[in-house]
Amino acid sequence: MQVSIVQFPGSNRDRDMIAAIRKVGGVEPNLVWHTDTELPASDLVILPGGFSHGDYLRSGAIAARAPIMDAVSKAAHAGTRVLGVCNGFQILVEAGLLPGALMRNSALTFVCREVQLEAVNTDNPFTERYSKGEVIRCPVAHHDGNYFADADTLARIEGEGQVAFRYASGTNPNGSINDIAGIFNDAGNVLGMMPHPENLIEAAHSGSDGRRLFEGAMNLLQADAA
Amino acid sequence: MTVFNAKVTVRLKNGVLDPQGKAIEGALGSLGFAGVEQVRQGKTFDIRLEADSKQSAEDQLGAMCEKLLANTVVEDYSVEFSTS
Repeated sequence: MQVSIVQFPGSNRDRDMIAAIRKVGGVEPNLVWHTDTELPASDLVILPGGFSHGDYLRSGAIAARAPIMDAVSKAAHAGTRVLGVCNGFQILVEAGLLPGALMRNSALTFVCREVQLEAVNTDNPFTERYSKGEVIRCPVAHHDGNYFADADTLARIEGEGQVAFRYASGTNPNGSINDIAGIFNDAGNVLGMMPHPENLIEAAHSGSDGRRLFEGAMNLLQADAA
Repeated sequence: MTVFNAKVTVRLKNGVLDPQGKAIEGALGSLGFAGVEQVRQGKTFDIRLEADSKQSAEDQLGAMCEKLLANTVVEDYSVEFSTS
């Protein structure tokens, strides 16, 4: 199983992702620089959190036009699993690989705290280790996590089961529409989410609720390969 | 080739909540500007561009907005030329 982590100038959760992939999957991820034009053969591509290009213009906007993104887009369209967390989610929507947009938090403040997430659609490798409706802990740290989609798009993603996670009742930290915290693309192989599952995978993190997301994404790949 | 000076304005579409605009609206109200009914915050880009014709400059600026300057999921844009 091959995992690639894309690094942009200003990525700062790439090391957390590397640690998560090593600890949960027992594999060494490939690190890919944003100016590269080809991805190594990958079963899972991860866009980590951070502040790529200083969040200039719009969060994720400039990174979404980086040379490597053509290869990421090709891989996504070919069915490769792609995970974008926080800034990675912002990059995926800016690149058009996920619908909607991530806007300034409704209270205008940066939020850095733990929230509760409800697993909404668990019929997907990324989420299948959670039970439907299960509420898990997960940290968030972002300024632009206020998910927005127009009414037609919202109806479509709700109707097609593209909502992966919602903030559990009363814990929405950013005003996102329908409490959406994470979404799949229509084919289900691309997941973008604002919360950081990579920061809750072991006892030292005071919990491991994020671990199953990586177990799902990675173990199924082994089953596929077998 | 001619040099064109363009001002590109990008702002949130009507109907998309603009929390920054709302905050500024509230601040203006608290400063005593009682007549302020609405504030929408946007961005402007002053772009100096060499092109064959005004049409070509307009086409290029439109493409720049579609590809990078605006996120058309939530933003509208407009282009105007100052002195050319």
